[in-house]
Amino acid sequence: MNRALATLHSLAGKRLVIGVPYVWLLLFFAIPFLIVFKISFSWMQPIQPGYAPLLAWVEETQRFVATLNFSNYQALLQDSLYLSTFLYSVKVAAISTIFCLLVGYPMAYAIARCAPSTRNLFLMLIILPFWTSFLLRVYAWIGLLKTNGVINNTLLALGVIDEPLTLLYTDFAVYIGIVYSYLPFMILPLYSNLEKHDLTLLEAASDLGASPMKAFFKVTLPLSMPGIVAGCLLVFIPAVGEFVIPSLLGRTDQLMIGTVLSAQFFGARNWPVASAVAIVLLLMLLLPILLFQRYQRRELEAAKR
Amino acid sequence: MNNRGWFRNGMLALGLAFLYIPILSMMFFSFNNSRLVTVWDAENSPTRRWYVRLLENDQLLGAAWISVQVAAMTATGAVILGTLAGLVLARFGPFRGRAFLSAMTTAPLVMPEIITGIAMLLLFVSLEQLVGWPEGRGMLTITIAHITFAMAYVTVVVQSRLAGFDEALEEAALDLGAKPATVFFRITLPLIVPALVSGWLLAFTLSWDDVVISQFVSGPGSSTLPMEIFSRVRRGVSPDINALATIMVLIVATGVVLSTLYMKREEKRRLREEQMARSGS
Repeated sequence: MNRALATLHSLAGKRLVIGVPYVWLLLFFAIPFLIVFKISFSWMQPIQPGYAPLLAWVEETQRFVATLNFSNYQALLQDSLYLSTFLYSVKVAAISTIFCLLVGYPMAYAIARCAPSTRNLFLMLIILPFWTSFLLRVYAWIGLLKTNGVINNTLLALGVIDEPLTLLYTDFAVYIGIVYSYLPFMILPLYSNLEKHDLTLLEAASDLGASPMKAFFKVTLPLSMPGIVAGCLLVFIPAVGEFVIPSLLGRTDQLMIGTVLSAQFFGARNWPVASAVAIVLLLMLLLPILLFQRYQRRELEAAKR
Repeated sequence: MNNRGWFRNGMLALGLAFLYIPILSMMFFSFNNSRLVTVWDAENSPTRRWYVRLLENDQLLGAAWISVQVAAMTATGAVILGTLAGLVLARFGPFRGRAFLSAMTTAPLVMPEIITGIAMLLLFVSLEQLVGWPEGRGMLTITIAHITFAMAYVTVVVQSRLAGFDEALEEAALDLGAKPATVFFRITLPLIVPALVSGWLLAFTLSWDDVVISQFVSGPGSSTLPMEIFSRVRRGVSPDINALATIMVLIVATGVVLSTLYMKREEKRRLREEQMARSGS
């Protein structure tokens, strides 16, 4: 009797423990996407709440009438501005991700191969900037890159250049901003992968006559693929929708999708079109997001063993 | 040390220089008297001028106070919810909807903030229309939005901490007749304290740092510090922002160093205690 009661109690308790985070995420994370999806089929309306209801009561017929508006999506397809911003965003994110990998891989490799006692120090040095304001770190680059900024002043003083270079408000500035802000996200998964490698494999390769270079490309690189994929996804996905970096460092004649979305939302106050842009962006990123989730699940399962 | 060692360490040094030079340069120029910020005014520098002006700027100080409150509430809420979610995912075994919960806790880690921001705002607008809550937007809506994405990070931290522990301890207590709640508070919770501390700090920082989501879900009079900074730096460099950045970097660096030392000590203590428990003393 007592035991049955206890089981009942623990069952109810278990439901509660599962229920609280579940309901929170359902209400504040999952349902909002459905609302965005709904509003993307609506019309802009000057009165509150800014968009027309999809379901309306029609007096004459005494019926609810649902109207779906596909013109927001049509606009996205027809207006070449949107297409070019989407393509440009993907291009910027992809190039930045590759740069990030090229900078981050050697760093992660160096940390994973140095003495265990110094590893933690280096890891802390990599993570430390991540704890300081992202916004201020991007801002720091304005001071470095602008026409009378630190880089130009230094190069002029050294006599390397005669005229200041245009560095700020270019594609290059955005690449730097993204690489700089997201570098820890690239290094950490790479490090946690590289650290686990069995170094005797490299010894075996070298015993069998492989040069260090060959051993790296045949053994280390293939083994670190999961880390590479995870790091690249962690950089690429948020970078496509990046808003702060291009608005502080980027070009003004070619916008990224995040900037356009924000302009539609706050500037033109066209919430339905902004919602449609958000939905398309989300669909574009769905595959990479699912890939990342698969990786994350595997990581956690591997930690268990 | 061979040639490859040189290459590796050289790349590491270059990478660290890349990470730190911008921050150090920003701090250095906060003592520059010139309004041009990056053109050093040798005659009148270094100066405390911008720090003094910063402390007189009520708008920035007010925004900082809002940010501290929001971040503290976010961190606390995210740790509670994230711990529950992490516990459920790591310990409860299979149940209906587990995959969905797992997906909802990893998606915010990579979701572009602009999408989360727009989704949150439209939710709040719709809720207000339907049920009249939340009334308008302000600190409450910012906090709810921040908890939602910050709890995902806490969940991962707690989940991986729990994954590293043997369930045998908890099972033994259950077998000895302890109630699940007792097991949680007496065994599981003490084991994951370091994860809760780092989860709290992480959630605090994420909230303190966020500009994009806040911009969507804030209302009049509830501008956070990053929102104020963003609207200023959009107009270019400004010396008081350099001073502000210097203060923030110093606070964070101190905090990170102190908490790293604390974690290390805790970890050592735990290992020692486990060893003692094993040896049966």
